[in-house]
Amino acid sequence: MNLRFTVDGVPTTVVIAAGESLMDVLRRIGKTSVKNGCDRGDCGSCAVLVDGRAVNACLVFAGQVDGTAVGTAEGLAHDGELHPLQSAAVEGGAVQCGFCTPGMLMLAVDLLSRNPEPDEAEVRSALSGSFCRCTGYVKPIEAILAAAGTLLERRS
Amino acid sequence: MKDKFKVVGINERKIDGRTLVTGSPVFAGDLDLPGMLHVALLTSPVAHARITRLDTSAAEALDGVACVLTHRNTPEMRYTTAGQGHPEPSPYDTRMFDTKVRFIGDRVAAVAADSPAIALRALGLIDAEYEDLGPVLSIDAALAPGAPVIHDEPDALDIWDAEHNIASVVSAIAGDVTAGFDESDVVVETTTETQYAQHAPLEPHVVVSSINPEGRITLVSSTQVPFHVRRIVARLLDVPIHRIRVIKPRLGGGFGVKQEVLIEDVAALMTLRTGRPVRFEFTRSQEFISSRTRHPMRVRVKLGARSDGIVHAIDMEAISNTGAYGAHALTVMSNTGSKTLPLYNKAPHVRFDGKAVYTTMPVAGAYRGYGGTQGCYPLEMAMDEIAERLHIDPVELRSRNHIRAGQTSPIFEELGEGRKGTPQIITSCELDACLQVGAERFDWVRKRAEPRGDGSIRHGVGMSVHMQGSGIPLVDMAAATVAMNDDGSFNLLVGATDLGTGSDTILAQIAAEVLGVPLTRIVVVSSDTDLTPFDTGAYASSTTYVSGWAVQRAAEEVRDRIVAVAATMLETEPEQLVLADSRVSTSDGRSVDLAAIGHRSYYGPDPAQIAATASFVPESSAPPFMAAFTEVAVDVETGRIEVLDFVAAVDCGTAVNPRLAEGQVEGAIANGIGYALTEQMEFTRLGRVKNPDLARYKIPGTMDLPPIRVFLVESYEPTGPMGAKSVAEIGINGPLPAIANAVYHAVGIRLTHPPFTSEKVWRALRAAGVGA
Ligand code: FES
Ligand code: FES
Repeated sequence: MNLRFTVDGVPTTVVIAAGESLMDVLRRIGKTSVKNGCDRGDCGSCAVLVDGRAVNACLVFAGQVDGTAVGTAEGLAHDGELHPLQSAAVEGGAVQCGFCTPGMLMLAVDLLSRNPEPDEAEVRSALSGSFCRCTGYVKPIEAILAAAGTLLERRS
Repeated sequence: MKDKFKVVGINERKIDGRTLVTGSPVFAGDLDLPGMLHVALLTSPVAHARITRLDTSAAEALDGVACVLTHRNTPEMRYTTAGQGHPEPSPYDTRMFDTKVRFIGDRVAAVAADSPAIALRALGLIDAEYEDLGPVLSIDAALAPGAPVIHDEPDALDIWDAEHNIASVVSAIAGDVTAGFDESDVVVETTTETQYAQHAPLEPHVVVSSINPEGRITLVSSTQVPFHVRRIVARLLDVPIHRIRVIKPRLGGGFGVKQEVLIEDVAALMTLRTGRPVRFEFTRSQEFISSRTRHPMRVRVKLGARSDGIVHAIDMEAISNTGAYGAHALTVMSNTGSKTLPLYNKAPHVRFDGKAVYTTMPVAGAYRGYGGTQGCYPLEMAMDEIAERLHIDPVELRSRNHIRAGQTSPIFEELGEGRKGTPQIITSCELDACLQVGAERFDWVRKRAEPRGDGSIRHGVGMSVHMQGSGIPLVDMAAATVAMNDDGSFNLLVGATDLGTGSDTILAQIAAEVLGVPLTRIVVVSSDTDLTPFDTGAYASSTTYVSGWAVQRAAEEVRDRIVAVAATMLETEPEQLVLADSRVSTSDGRSVDLAAIGHRSYYGPDPAQIAATASFVPESSAPPFMAAFTEVAVDVETGRIEVLDFVAAVDCGTAVNPRLAEGQVEGAIANGIGYALTEQMEFTRLGRVKNPDLARYKIPGTMDLPPIRVFLVESYEPTGPMGAKSVAEIGINGPLPAIANAVYHAVGIRLTHPPFTSEKVWRALRAAGVGA
């Protein structure tokens, strides 16, 4: 069957097989920032935005996202300029191996869209579905709080 | 000394940070080559059996299947999967595919097909029958008289005592412990038993192999040890080393589990047989079951001290479960003693006795902490008990006893990694500062004196101290090449392997420091056996200390060549010149910039490439030190332990990049907290892993961790590059003993069987009559 959706703003049509997951389809069309850490919804490495809400792409059948807008970490930077969440992650040492990073960024984008001024506990809770084995989450959480500040300043 | 640094000691951004946050396709699993085959692995459903029938004809006949490997069509030679230097100090007890299986999850067959789905379908068509040889599912079962012999094959090499399922033994003695205990005023004894735990890197093992028209094989692999992979695969496949290229791209975490050759041999052989690219990736469940784990270990520590608290005798006896194969069995066992006992070097009487036994369970291997983790736990619990018995504060007891700069321990010489060690004098130790800074930041004195509560929630605080090493002396070798470009920038080629740790960045910082340029002027090429010089790889906390020196030396040679060229250009003597801020200058203000020198080296008079390669073999293994402090709340109704705070003060010498160094410790502590509280592979009575997924094997998430507060103390290691020592492993050792000691402080029970799940703690509390 044909799947029609937008991926990082680009209208896209793909032929998909029955039962194929959104993660597999996105990786197949080159969106390799969507990482496969478990293929069963446990780790958050494959998190993407579907109409602005973060979901684990390995748990979603590709057929379910027909007509939606899907966002990945590859769509965050514009004209070579990193999204504040991305620059805060680089500046703050929040990236070690970076395998969890694209998924974690998607959770953070979702959080900040709903709650532009989260406190630490809210960031922790928003990231609870995303495992990172490298950082202990200390610097990723700091980076998200810093990015939230930058975004607020930009808006005001 | 450190104040003079301009690039080292600075929180430079990770040089691959932008690449990673934009989600670029830089991991091995992101490679998609035309015509690529996909591998599925058939693993053993029984713990210990001989394969009596293996019919793959239906699988081979399936449309889209290109290759099926079994014991019938693969090399028979024995090897070890441990990616260590040659000759590996691990027994050669493994075959690519054997006629016997030794754990549930052992290799039986592998299929390569046009798609993952076809490969999986083909697995279902393989017909295998097994003759059960009886599972051996614990250390005691393995050592019981008449236990089934797990390695009865005649061609295995270097197994200590195959008939009795003993893979390796290690022992070391200084003084006379019996006399030592007699002379002690207080003697305590603790036995702990640690669990099966898995590294759980977010990226499972993955390799993509391909072959070019000249017959050269390229393996793009998630490995910590590209050069060892090349050597081991070449031997297995009987292909000359120079026909294999191993590239480690960005890596999604290793922690030791990727210091093993678990997939590359299969992919390479399939590529050789089919001529096609092959991708082999572990599923998460295979990552748990069929890759590697931490060695479960039973460790008994007996500690004798004089009335002033000075430790007088230490006896440590350890037995590890190495699982079905002996990868890292000997060396992890050595380190159980060698990374713990020297800490208390005032004791003239020290004995270590270690043994690694085979079982028919998943295979243990290298895991961050590498034996030190299992050894320090009972040792630091015993120290806590000594402190209590002698009414000495635990911090004070550590400070009376720990090793100091200028001192040594007989253990350094007695215990190496699987062989005799190297005598070593400690050249830097700021553990006193760690104790002081840590206690202050944690507010130890006040918290220790606070009431622990008498309701259902009881509070307690505990602490521990630790050492690790920096590389393996006289064994590890690292090399680096620095070459100047015509714009005055430099290419830095290192065999060293960045696992996500940031080693590419810190090695570039060292080069930039020597060459007087900003970090942006260093182009790093790493971990490619065709392009970069040799490095043993990322393990044993070696990269900063060993590879760092290689980089520093190569950069210094290049600096000297640059200065010589500049001397000609400025018509002066090299001794009159200084290289700094991208220029070579005389004291009277004349100068030439590096771009001019670089350009001249390519196109000027007497053009010649300015470059140097240097190697480094360490003579010592300068230990980093850490003091760990934690506060817990124990719910005596439910047995639930909550860690409320964790402070680590670390002496890692110069922190080449403090922010990245902190990140190493923070991540290691998080992993250590998981190990202490929740992480455990559970088994059925037949030896099957019950929880091979991240839902049931519980690694810490954001909601499970306390604030982790890391403080790097001021320190300078004279034998390290720019004063640096290692930092990657030490953090993981802290949580288990510190939490156990805090729980004792809270409720008066000593927890000896991690993970400290609510149920276990509840039972222990009931048994002790607490809170009932
Ligand atoms: S890969 Fe989707 S949650 Fe782990
Ligand atoms: S940075 Fe490695 S898993 Fe998060």
